[in-house]
This record gives sequence, structure tokens and C-alpha cells, in this order.
Amino acid sequence: MNTNIETFKYDNRIVRAFAIATVVWGIVGMLVGLLAAVELFFPGANLNLQFITFGRIRPLHTNAVIFAFVGNGMFMGIYYSLQRLCKARMFSDWLSWFNFWGWQLIIVSAALTLPLGFTTSKEYAELEWPIKIAITIVWVAFAVNLFGTIVKRREKHMYVAIWFYIATVVTIAVLHITNSMSMPWSWLKSYSMYAGVQDALVQWWYGHNAVAFFLTTPYLGLMYYFLPKAANRPVFSYRLSIIHFWALVFLYIWAGPHHLLYSALPDWAQSLGMVFSLMLIAPSWGGMLNGLLTLRGAWDKVRQDPMLKFMVVAVTAYGMATLEGPLLSIKTVNSLSHYTDWTIAHVHVGAMGWNGFLTFSMLYYLFPRLYNTKLWSVKLANYHFWIALLGMMFYAIPIYIAGITEGLMWKQFTKDGFLQYPNFLETILQVVPMFKLRAIGGTLYIVGTLMMAYNLYKTAKSGVFEPDTEAQAAPLEKSPAAVQGKPAWHRLLEGRPLFFTVLATVAILVGGLVEIIPMFLIQQNVPTIVSVHPYTPLEVLGRDIYIREGCLGCHSQMIRPFRSETERYGEYSKAGEFVYDHPFLWGSERKGPDLAREGGRYPDAWHYNHMDDPRSTSPGSIMPRYLWLLTQKMETDSLPARLNALRKVGVPYPAGYENGPAQKDLQAQAGKVVANLKQGSVKGEADKEIIALIAYLQRLGTDIKSAPVTTAAK
Amino acid sequence: MVFCSRLYLAMSVVIILILASLAVGLGFVVAFVWSVRDGQYVDTVTPAMRMLAEDPPGKISETKTTAK
Repeated sequence: MNTNIETFKYDNRIVRAFAIATVVWGIVGMLVGLLAAVELFFPGANLNLQFITFGRIRPLHTNAVIFAFVGNGMFMGIYYSLQRLCKARMFSDWLSWFNFWGWQLIIVSAALTLPLGFTTSKEYAELEWPIKIAITIVWVAFAVNLFGTIVKRREKHMYVAIWFYIATVVTIAVLHITNSMSMPWSWLKSYSMYAGVQDALVQWWYGHNAVAFFLTTPYLGLMYYFLPKAANRPVFSYRLSIIHFWALVFLYIWAGPHHLLYSALPDWAQSLGMVFSLMLIAPSWGGMLNGLLTLRGAWDKVRQDPMLKFMVVAVTAYGMATLEGPLLSIKTVNSLSHYTDWTIAHVHVGAMGWNGFLTFSMLYYLFPRLYNTKLWSVKLANYHFWIALLGMMFYAIPIYIAGITEGLMWKQFTKDGFLQYPNFLETILQVVPMFKLRAIGGTLYIVGTLMMAYNLYKTAKSGVFEPDTEAQAAPLEKSPAAVQGKPAWHRLLEGRPLFFTVLATVAILVGGLVEIIPMFLIQQNVPTIVSVHPYTPLEVLGRDIYIREGCLGCHSQMIRPFRSETERYGEYSKAGEFVYDHPFLWGSERKGPDLAREGGRYPDAWHYNHMDDPRSTSPGSIMPRYLWLLTQKMETDSLPARLNALRKVGVPYPAGYENGPAQKDLQAQAGKVVANLKQGSVKGEADKEIIALIAYLQRLGTDIKSAPVTTAAK
Repeated sequence: MVFCSRLYLAMSVVIILILASLAVGLGFVVAFVWSVRDGQYVDTVTPAMRMLAEDPPGKISETKTTAK
């Protein structure tokens, strides 16, 4: 035996900091979600303030819940469990606190920029380029801290949870960097380096894996730590947990294209995404069963311990979401579910059930331990459990019903072959009562969270915080290689293979991507449909307003090749139509009609009135009023910067176009819109934002409409 | 055919994504091989037990929620 026992201390301060941040941001993120939910049936709930209008706070809600609530929860759990699993304090306290404050700063900057309309519009990657760089730096600090701790561990065996943490830290770095490639045109705005179909593919490769490697793998690691701990019995099958891990990491990364089924993405890519998604059922369910079977013979504890109750629901929700996900990626099912609220219900089972309940469970586990006391009230925690579960049901069930209703109504034809519900509004008004029930569900869930916050506060008050926990262990013995007498250099390399492999992979990828991407993509952006032209200066401004207001939160721009869609919206979307779209704006949700062929559908004056008050043109509409577009002046000073940036990413504006001709063209087109408005007896001013937005909307999808696609270049 | 270039259009970025995915995948293959050769999976029973018993005795009191 090694008699060389070392005494060291686990850092509890950092765990407490992340725990408090988890609770605070959790409440904030959920409240923003509630506001968004209310605005969907009561459009006036934004008080006509642009900063809290649905399109702007939807990304705020998703970012807050994913990166602030679950993100801090993940750090909390990892910083607690990693130290104990490695029998070592974190590699560097300084890096721990850099990670903490850096992450909080990123969250605050997100909370400021998103309501102000600074967004890339790429879902779950909305934060603009300076914040993205900050995320990269903080993430690397976290990675160094994590690997550093693993290297100096005193326990040779790396428990399966650690592997899940490693997968998270490496893969998120690669995804984030690849998807963030963009060309800045101001301190807070940029255009995606990719265009159209390519942008969509990169975005959903990222988007799906963000779910996989930010919301799933770290939490699986936490499950494999906290569930056995709470039940005080070993995981059902350690062997299964290893298979669970390796199968997941090798399958997950290929599943992304299932977000783009029936879109203009090549068919083979869609099928690839679907097949890998279906294969994922096996490891996911293996993991779920492994979690639940760990409680075999301990179900009496589940009855008494609220922490275990939360854990059981979390693992069950993981199982439900990972069965439903693959089912939704079957093309036939997806043709019904995509763009509907079904997806919303699916992600909320994952977020509220899996991530939320597991986070609550960890918090109830950690606070008594950090404060060396007992949970203040087990009864209150039990109430929290039931109210949160009820809230989740009230959220999910109505939204499932809403989603399926929408999907069926959109596809319903009459006997004579006409759309049964040709007016989109009819299908949304049908599900508004469900939206109301959903808000009740969300409220219950938040009430539960507030009860938990109070309970945790009282627990902290009743105990004494223990900043460091002392522990003892022997250092790792020399590697077997040394014993067998291998040369020293070999030993050195063998000691840190993982560390170096991972760092090298990331380094190579970053370097490679930075070099390859611009070269690859810019040359490829050759227009393939002769009638498709770059946006005019006024349309560029209008498109940026469309992005700023988050219109794609409710309006897709991608008509799928179904008769029900082509009847309703017009010719289905072609890949070649989007070659100048930096970023792509296909969207993933329809709370309003698709806009891919909106151009020319209504007169300019209709759009003006519709933005002024949607209910004046569409009675009952749930769209908010966009009054500020009517009064705010459009920002034309930055036009050269915008066009320049677009040219750099491959849009063929002629040389020198931005310095003069562009402004002239802009004024001329704005004048035309004003004249059109006058015809519709609306008095519009040429320098207002609404003019640019109308110009953009009237352009949508018209490239193919106006000219027959077979026309050759002149 | 004008629309035949669909595949071509999405191709270039697919290469990058496949390369990135493969790089991640290969990284994990290396990690997997290392973990097997290091003997990480020789014992699939005690690790699950050991992680339960790492808290130093007496330092942290048993809480109500995990009382035996």
C-alpha cells in the first residue's frame, strides 16, 4: 500500500456560487418564458414596448434557460462531482472563478443585447460576435480547468461521469466555433459566413448537438453521479453506462439534419440524419433503464426523499424525450409535426422534465451538504415536486394537442380538393385556448421553483457554510509502464494522452476551420437560378429589421413540397433561391403563415396597416403591433458597412456600389414604396423603418415568381 | 437543369461538417482505445461502489433527505 497519504480540500465556494446563479437565472428565464407564453394569446402583453415583444424575448427565454439555468446547473454539478470523483481540488481556483464570472457576464450581456435586437437569428446561437468570442474564451478556461483536474487526479479509474463531461467540453467547443463563423459589420452585428442551405445545415448540425452535448451529455454524467449517491447504491450496470456513453458520442453528431426534413436540403443528408436519430433510441433507453433500475429495491426511499422523486421524473422524461425525438425525425411523422407546437411540447418535456427536475434534485442534494445541515423543509420540497409535475403536465398536454391540431388542420383538404382551412389564422385561433392552459402550467412550474428558492434559502440560513471539505487520498502510483521499464519519454506521453489528444483535436479544428471555411464557401456561392439576384440596399435594411425583430420566431420561410403547402403558400422552396441569404431565415415555427412567397401577395398599404395593427387587417390575429417601425428612422449610415460585409462573404455587389449608387438606389426604391402606400391612401415617410421592411417582404420569393425559371442569362 | 445543382450547392459545407464530425469522432476513438488499453474497463464492478464511499466519514452529516 502507498503510505504517502495526502490531505487536500475540495472547493465548495465555487459550487455554491454556481448553485445560487442557477436558482436566480432559472427564475429569470422561466419568467421570461411565461411572458412570451402570455403574449401568444394576449398580444398586448408587451405593452407595445419593442424590447419585450415576443420575437425578441423568445431567444432571451431559450438562451436564459439553456445557457444560464442549465448552464450554471451543469457547472455546479461538475465542479462538485469532478473534485470528488478525481479526489482532487479543481486544477486552478483562478480558472474556476474566471469561468464563473465570465459566464455570468455573458449571460448579462445576452440579457441586454437580445431585447435590444442584436441577434444573429440562428436559434440557440443568437448572441452576436463579441459575446461569441467571450463564450469561446470562457469555455476554453473551463476545459483547461477540467482536464487539469483530471490530470492531477488521485483515483486512477475515471468514473463514467467524467467521460460525459469530457464529451461535453470538447464537442461544444467544436460546434460553437464552426457555427459562429461570421463577418462583423459593426461592434454588435455580423452576417453569417454561410448562406442559405449551407447556413441551415451548419446551424442545425450545431442546434441539434447543442441539445445533445449541452443539455444531455453533461446531465447524464450528473445523473450517473447524483442518482447513485442519493439512492446510496451503485448504478445498476456500470458496464451498460460505459456502452451508453460510447454509443451516444459516436451517434449523436450525425443526427442534426433531422431538423431540415423536406426542406431544400439534399435528400441523402436528410436520410442520414433520420437513420442516426433512430439508432439513438438504443443507447438513450439503455441509459434511462440503467438510471431507473439503480433504484431497484430502493423505491421506499423514493417515496420519502423528494430529491429522488425529482430524479425519477427527470430520468423518465429523458426516456420520453429520447423516444419521441427519433420518432419525430421519421420523415412521415415530421411532415405532420414540423413547424407546429408539437416541437415546443417535445423540447419542454426535455427542458422542464429532464434538465429542470435533475437540476432541482441536485440543488436539494447540495445545499444541505454545503451548509452542513438538513434540508429546511422536506414537506415544502414535496409540494414543489407535485406542483412542478402538475405544471409540466399543464404545459405539455395542451401544447401536444395544439401541435397535432395545427398539423392536421394545415393538411386538411375538402372533398373537392380545396384546403379546408385556407385562412391560416383559423388554425391558430383554434389552439389559442391551449396556449392559455400552457401559461397556467408554466405559472405552476415557476411557483414551484420559487418554493424551492425559499426552501434553499432557509436551509442555508439554518446551517454554516463549509468553504472547503477536507479529504485524504494517496497520489496515483507510477504508471505500470514505469514499472515495466519502458523509456521515460514513453511514460511521459502515456501519462497524458487524453489531455493532449483532446487539446490537439480542438486546436487543429479551430485552425483548419478558420482557414478552410472562407475559401470554400465564398467561391461556392454562385447563383444557380439566373433570376435570383442579391437584395437591394433597401431590402438589406429591411431584412436586418426582420432579423432584429425576430420575425422568424413565428414565420418560416421554407415551403415544403407538399400539396397542402404549395396550395397555401405557392411554389415550394428551392435551394438556389437562398444563395444570398446571410444568414438563412427558414425558421422552425409557424405561429403565423410561411412568408417564403409573401412578395406581391398583398399591396404595400396592407403591410403598413398590418404592422400598425395586425387586428385591423386580420381580426383575431395574435401578432403584436409594430408601432415603432412606423416612427423609427432607418439607419442608412451603416449601409456601406453592411454591403461591404455581404460582399466579403460572397454576395456579388459591384465594386464601389456601396459608396453612392447604393444610397441612390435606396432612395429611389423607398420613393416607390411611399408612392404605393399613397395609392392605398396611407401616408408613409420614406425614411422610416417600415418602408425597408415592406420592401423586403415584397421581395420574398418573387425571384422565381417574376421570371420563368428556365430563362437563360442575358 | 437549373435545380440540379441542389446537391452541389450544399456540398461544400457538408465536407466541412463531415470533417469536423469525423475529427470529433476520431478524437473519441483515440480516447476509447486509450481507455481500454489503460485498463479503465477491466473492472466494471468496484468503480460503481467506490464512488459511493468517498466522502470522508464524519465531515458531512447525513441529511434528512438521505437518512437511512
